[in-house]
Amino acid sequence: MCGGVIGAGLPWVRVSAVLSGSVFPALEPLLPRVSKPVQYVGGELNAQTRPWESAEVRWALLYPDAYEVGLPNQGVMILYEVLNERADALAERCYAVWPDLEGLMREHGVPAFTVDSHRPIGAFDLLGVSFSTELGYTNLLTTLDLAGIPLHAADRDESHPVVVAGGHAAFNPEPIADFVDVAALGDGEEVVGDITDVVKAWKAEGRPGGRRELLLRLANTDGCYVPSLYSVTYSGGAIAAVTPEAGAPATVQKRTTSDLDEWPYPKAPLVPLAETVHERASVEIFRGCTRGCRFCQAGMITRPVRERSLPGIGAMVDAAVRASGFDEVGLLSLSSADHSEIADITKGLADRYEGTNTSLSLPSTRVDAFNIDLANEISRNGRRSGLTFAPEGGSERIRRVINKMVSEEDLIRTVSEAFAQGWRQVKLYFMCGLPTEEDEDVLEIAGMAHRVIQAGRAASGRNDVRCTISIGGFVPKPHTPFQWAAQAHPDVVDARLRKLREAVNSNKKLGRNIGMRYHDGQPSLIEGLLARGDRRVGAVIERVWREGGRFDGWSEHFSYERWTTAAKAELEPLGVSLEWFTTREREEGEILPWDHLDSGLERDWLWADWQDALSGREQDDCRWTPCFDCGVCPSTGADIEVGPSGTTLLPLTVVNPVGRELGG
Amino acid sequence: MRPGEAANPAPPTVQRVRVRFAKRGRLRFLSHRDVARSVERAVRRAGVPVSHSHGFSPHPRISWIGAAPTGTASEAEYLEIGLTREVDPEVVRAALDAALPAGLDILDAVVAEPPALADRIDASLWRIVLPGVPEAALRAAVEALLARDTLVVERVMPAGRREIDVRAAVVSATVTACDDVPVAGPPEGDVPGGVTPEPDAAGPDCAILTAVVRQTTPAVRPDDVLGALDVVAGLKPPVPAKATRMAQGLLDDRGRLTDPLGPGRVTARA
Repeated sequence: MCGGVIGAGLPWVRVSAVLSGSVFPALEPLLPRVSKPVQYVGGELNAQTRPWESAEVRWALLYPDAYEVGLPNQGVMILYEVLNERADALAERCYAVWPDLEGLMREHGVPAFTVDSHRPIGAFDLLGVSFSTELGYTNLLTTLDLAGIPLHAADRDESHPVVVAGGHAAFNPEPIADFVDVAALGDGEEVVGDITDVVKAWKAEGRPGGRRELLLRLANTDGCYVPSLYSVTYSGGAIAAVTPEAGAPATVQKRTTSDLDEWPYPKAPLVPLAETVHERASVEIFRGCTRGCRFCQAGMITRPVRERSLPGIGAMVDAAVRASGFDEVGLLSLSSADHSEIADITKGLADRYEGTNTSLSLPSTRVDAFNIDLANEISRNGRRSGLTFAPEGGSERIRRVINKMVSEEDLIRTVSEAFAQGWRQVKLYFMCGLPTEEDEDVLEIAGMAHRVIQAGRAASGRNDVRCTISIGGFVPKPHTPFQWAAQAHPDVVDARLRKLREAVNSNKKLGRNIGMRYHDGQPSLIEGLLARGDRRVGAVIERVWREGGRFDGWSEHFSYERWTTAAKAELEPLGVSLEWFTTREREEGEILPWDHLDSGLERDWLWADWQDALSGREQDDCRWTPCFDCGVCPSTGADIEVGPSGTTLLPLTVVNPVGRELGG
Repeated sequence: MRPGEAANPAPPTVQRVRVRFAKRGRLRFLSHRDVARSVERAVRRAGVPVSHSHGFSPHPRISWIGAAPTGTASEAEYLEIGLTREVDPEVVRAALDAALPAGLDILDAVVAEPPALADRIDASLWRIVLPGVPEAALRAAVEALLARDTLVVERVMPAGRREIDVRAAVVSATVTACDDVPVAGPPEGDVPGGVTPEPDAAGPDCAILTAVVRQTTPAVRPDDVLGALDVVAGLKPPVPAKATRMAQGLLDDRGRLTDPLGPGRVTARA
């Protein structure tokens, strides 16, 4: 196949001599020697294996993390179905392989493969990679290398797949600019079809102009950014200019799917054979969020709010439950209780699944949008798990800074009701290291947890209520008002969390009912480097990978020292550093690495919102108050789509709402 | 709903159906837990009226018996499902089979009658294919094992090392050549392979060990039998063996296994 550059000088490929055949016969003898081999065999319910020759454009879709994390990913499932519905395209899935199998694959010359038909990834036209988090970047390099695809886009020729990055992290693809050919910005449903059309036409015309011509055509496809067509210059550390080549647009705008009801995917969710992190059928009930939490990249880059209709939700839940056999339905969004008709949705579904042991879950709920009626509907037909809320900040002051205006009174009132109704456990999520944060802001978390326990004991009349506080380190992200902020150093975060633990335990009678979970701050700093880095960070990623970096999102594989050493070696000769990219506050005029990528938000609005944050001024939600001109609606050509619509879930009159009617 | 109130007053079990199923091809890498989850979902999708336990966390009433280890295939796994109404077992079999992925195949189903399933099984028949192992070498090793009174191997278990007497569990063992058995055919549903076999792979030799193994505690697995052959004769297969459980049942006096779903099997209530 390629005979191209193989990373780390490792011996290569005895098996991949034939382009598209299954590598399974070579893989199979290795499987008894690795942990959890079932994750590599495919064969899941609703998986698709289309004939290779039936398609003109073939996609391999990679989720660059372990199978147990990647399989439930909604983005991959949606694109997998959308592409496989086209007669002229096919898509197969692949996931990161653990180091035990990676070692055996190298030893036995087995190339990176898809789990559907075990075809070598190098045989596909496109490799689509979904990045939910920046910590998957080293796993991308492993997959490229195992596939025999040159790590650097510049070394690829027209025989190699076009590597397309998508997902939230693709909104700043500069750190992986050397390794990807294209970054697709925004919603993926429509852009994958457009990319498919471009590749199909180019192939049908006999590949005119080779790979370069294909990339130029893709650069002129809406939502597609081709980093190699832009040159970046630096001055005094910061970026001096980003200059597009002739024929490439000056800025690239994100794609926005305006009507979710036209895209009811996934229709038949993949049902894993192996155990995965989410064992449920998920239906996205709306996309986008205008609550305006200033730390939240997802909320900022997915605007505007577009609700799915009640009949649309009703039909999708029905199809997903019947196709999968899952006994839990997740109603997904960034803040599910904010759907304008959430009460009708949950009541309608609880009625439909009465007596079928089918439970509902709202994975993300705000305490001010939540009430006990909702909680009771959710748990009516199934398991009653704990309640989870995310106040994010411990003090009223810091919650104004981050614009997450949930009051402690709301929280105490809600948990009191819940404890009175029989709940025994509440989980609270917070962040540490927020802009302007002082020790006192974090220490107030202890008081809040104490009051939750007191309220819970009073409401339930029992002593055994529990409160778990879970704390993550804050990472400033591109396209948010905090994109200019200094990230807190891990030493600062760790010290605050030590003091918080002491404060929680200062009252032993309350503290013993409070669990505290946090991760140390070091991985957050590296995530910060990768999130706000520019192209110079690519050399750090590559060095870390060559020195063995894999699965950086997993604490047992993450090595802080490997990252800091590589950052020192690759960045400091250029006059910048790990600190320069992370703990440094940016000026208004500095060119940010992602300024030429347009999430729809006006840069001036983001800066004004950042200034409001520093002075503790709140910003309302434009669903319920007048527009504040963030810029998204005019630039995406979309509008806020919220109800109430006055429609209902589809009436369901069949006897068995979870499966088929049994004969006999 | 009040604390302590049953979350789900579930209808009672009125019939139990016993099922024999196979774990085949690449799905042999499923663990018991993987199989159990897949079957529970298939039961829901198929509309089988399974009964549930009571309480806040109701679970479907499906009981299992001695699962084939992860990585081994089986033609004879068994489970029992509690139903809230009487159903023709063949209807349950066909519906479940259609709802499961290919490779988890429901082969047979009968209405459960005493004695219990666990009392109908005390041994397994295993067929272990050993690519790259000459028939004569395997025969010599098996004869050496059978000549012993006892042969103990060690297995690392979550609770620590356990010693297992393989010889005591092996009732019988025979060796054949596998002339007509493909060494590594493509798995079900796969595209035709275009792969050059590795030069260090099996080669022309191939032998099959067929053994009846009594169910002891802990159960003697195919890996333990192969471990014993290594101890007695230094037999080390060059590539991993493929083991398939062909049957389970009660050993009769002639060393054969009786069908756990018969005799006296009932396929429908009168």
